[in-house]
Amino acid sequence: MRQAEGMLLEVEGLTKAYPGVVANSGVSFAVAPGEVHALLGENGAGKSTLVKTVYGLIRPDAGRMRLEGRDYAPASPSEARRAGVAMVFQHFSLFEALGVAENVALGMETPPPMRELSGRIREVSQAYGLPLDPERLVGDLSAGERQRVEIVRCLLQDPKLLIMDEPTSVLTPQEVEILFHTLRKLSAEGTAILYISHKLEEIRALCDAATILRHGKVVATCDPKACTAREMAEMMVGASFAAPARAERPRGAPLVEVRGLSMPSANPFGTPLREVSFSVAAGEILGIGGVAGNGQDELLAALSGEARAAPGAIRFRGADIGGLGPVERRRLGLCAAPEERLGHAAAPDMSLTENALLTGVVREGLATRGFVDWGRTRGFAERIIRAFDVRTPGPGVAARALSGGNLQKFVIGREVLQRPEALVVNQPTWGVDAAAAAAIRQALLDLASGGAAVIVISQDLDELLEIADRFAALNEGRLSAPRPTQGLSLEEIGLMMGGAHGMHEADIAAAHEAEAHAG
Amino acid sequence: MDALVSINWVLLAASLMVAATPILLAATGELVVERAGVLNLGVEGMMILGAISGFAVGVRTGAPILGFAAAALAGAALSLLFGLLTQILLSNQVATGLALTLFGLGLSALLGQGYVGIKTPVLADWNVPVLSDIPVIGPVLFRHDPILYLSLLLVAGVWAFLRHTRAGLILRAVGESHDAAHALGYRVVAIRLAAIAFGGALAGMGGAYISLVRVPQWTEGMTAGAGWIALAIVVFASWKPWRVLLGAYLFGGIAVLQLNLQAAGLKVPVEILSMSPYLVTILVLVIISSDRSRAALSAPAALGRTFHASS
Repeated sequence: MRQAEGMLLEVEGLTKAYPGVVANSGVSFAVAPGEVHALLGENGAGKSTLVKTVYGLIRPDAGRMRLEGRDYAPASPSEARRAGVAMVFQHFSLFEALGVAENVALGMETPPPMRELSGRIREVSQAYGLPLDPERLVGDLSAGERQRVEIVRCLLQDPKLLIMDEPTSVLTPQEVEILFHTLRKLSAEGTAILYISHKLEEIRALCDAATILRHGKVVATCDPKACTAREMAEMMVGASFAAPARAERPRGAPLVEVRGLSMPSANPFGTPLREVSFSVAAGEILGIGGVAGNGQDELLAALSGEARAAPGAIRFRGADIGGLGPVERRRLGLCAAPEERLGHAAAPDMSLTENALLTGVVREGLATRGFVDWGRTRGFAERIIRAFDVRTPGPGVAARALSGGNLQKFVIGREVLQRPEALVVNQPTWGVDAAAAAAIRQALLDLASGGAAVIVISQDLDELLEIADRFAALNEGRLSAPRPTQGLSLEEIGLMMGGAHGMHEADIAAAHEAEAHAG
Repeated sequence: MDALVSINWVLLAASLMVAATPILLAATGELVVERAGVLNLGVEGMMILGAISGFAVGVRTGAPILGFAAAALAGAALSLLFGLLTQILLSNQVATGLALTLFGLGLSALLGQGYVGIKTPVLADWNVPVLSDIPVIGPVLFRHDPILYLSLLLVAGVWAFLRHTRAGLILRAVGESHDAAHALGYRVVAIRLAAIAFGGALAGMGGAYISLVRVPQWTEGMTAGAGWIALAIVVFASWKPWRVLLGAYLFGGIAVLQLNLQAAGLKVPVEILSMSPYLVTILVLVIISSDRSRAALSAPAALGRTFHASS
């Protein structure tokens, strides 16, 4: 065994296999007290399995862990919490219909009585610059505030090691800054942080060390402050890849026009749309950013036709389509691909052929007089698979069996190959690895070059800056005025997204000041 | 309006509580089950099995209280069969619950073959000292059997448990999002099985209350839809214990009133009178829970969804 004096956590040869896939294979690394240690890797590289093992949610097949020099093999998360390990989840482990204090109590081993707990939540959240009202319902909080609930829950237990699984994917740039300020303060107090992300610039700004995983194995370790983002990306992917090429495109007449669109949400915790207005021209890509839960799903539903809009609110080539359903809109040339792959964009238990039929039937002429032409349908599915490099044994495979990235390529490809005149996509590359994401972005760019109007709703700002011609942000159901992406700074985008949710200017200023003193 | 005058209102109010108690017990149990995120549609089956088990043990031992204990055990045992199928073998909750009702009805008919027409020893009323002597209020509220008082205590207990205890918070959390609860390290399946067994025990006792106190004798299919009305009350009461009490007593009250009206010879078709308790109860609870956005808030978000720990 390697001699590692004074290490907080040592992981030695950790292996975990699932049927058909080895998630972790002989993974070893060590974290020092107070160190911010990054775990880097593509989707499916085994980062989440690794931290779930440290947190006691998964039992490894082989390998050992040591915490503060003692053997550490937690059988459950509560055992891990008692040992001083806390975790902030990627998909929040919060209960929407319960209050903030109740949520915090659920994540603690021995919570104090509720009234005392509320006081301590206020205290800790003030001390770390994360203001929270313990009485509020979590379902009413923004994504950034929800994350504060998770972090405060961890901090109340004085953890020695804090695990954060992709914490910034749902935050505005200002909120990211506040989070980093908190994490630096924690690290200065001696708490080690295991930080999972694939945002390389963040890791360079925050982390002291990085372990890079690929296909479940450790392929490299580096000092992120001494590496360039490009070098780290190539270590993650194991090869270099091309960034999407952006061709100059002629701009046509406005194709999709939305005027004063207001609409309630179908979901009790959803956000109603308020007076949304924009227009997209042929050959143009409009990027719509914003933190999750600010009306993205509602906007997609209004544009795709799942929810009907007031007369005159949505026009397509000058004609009012607000009252038309998805099928009629597709027939006119307006296609859509929603965010949730399994259950919304695709029927999980149906084959790829059947899924191709579901949206392609109108524009591809896959049915005659109500009878499905299965030969043509299979041909359409095979064309999608070929054109978008979907890795699957064939079109007869159930959608559920595909990995997230492959199914996403299929879902986007299915719409792009229908040659839409306008396409609306929500989170086109969410959970997709870098190479597949580049391919999807290229397809959207090519579609726009061919004269289609494209609306990309995404929480990935880099993605929007890379492909969109103009950028607008959704904030609490309102859309900011679209602005050309060229020359737009991250600071301006953050303000368009609503700055730091639930924080007053004074808090942000105070956080900055504290940062300046600390640095 | 001679019919209304001829009714003894004090007696009616006293029998209202008796008529409501089977439904109140079953609905209180089902409320806990549904708050844990499980939809058990087998309430009717567990009630009727409780009715015959309680009756048989009551007759054999001569002690109705033992009958209630047996009914609780039988109801819990049948509900754990549901628990095994839905929580461990991951079968569909709706289909399994419906099958459980059919199974309970059939099994109870088989078990009850030797018990038709027999009389059971009566559960003695417990006259609360001093209070039971108050005119009007005394006979209405304070001259009942212990199980009736227990059912009221259970409503208060379930309310306090869900609202004020950590175990109640964990139960609600499991019903709200089983994935999040699992990620925090709570044993979703074990918690749900415990809730299912509790619900089964209360449904069994509710059934026994019909065969040992309210009627009291055994006839096949004697629960006559009480389990279904208990299920409906839980939903329309927005999963709140005190509203369940209101719904059950409303149903019991109208049920007793319509019987009295029939006896008094009111000139309304009997069929309409017989359906009135169902109609009125559902109508009132629908109006209470008519604010759609708030109703959606109080429903356990994971209700009826199958939990499978994938990681």
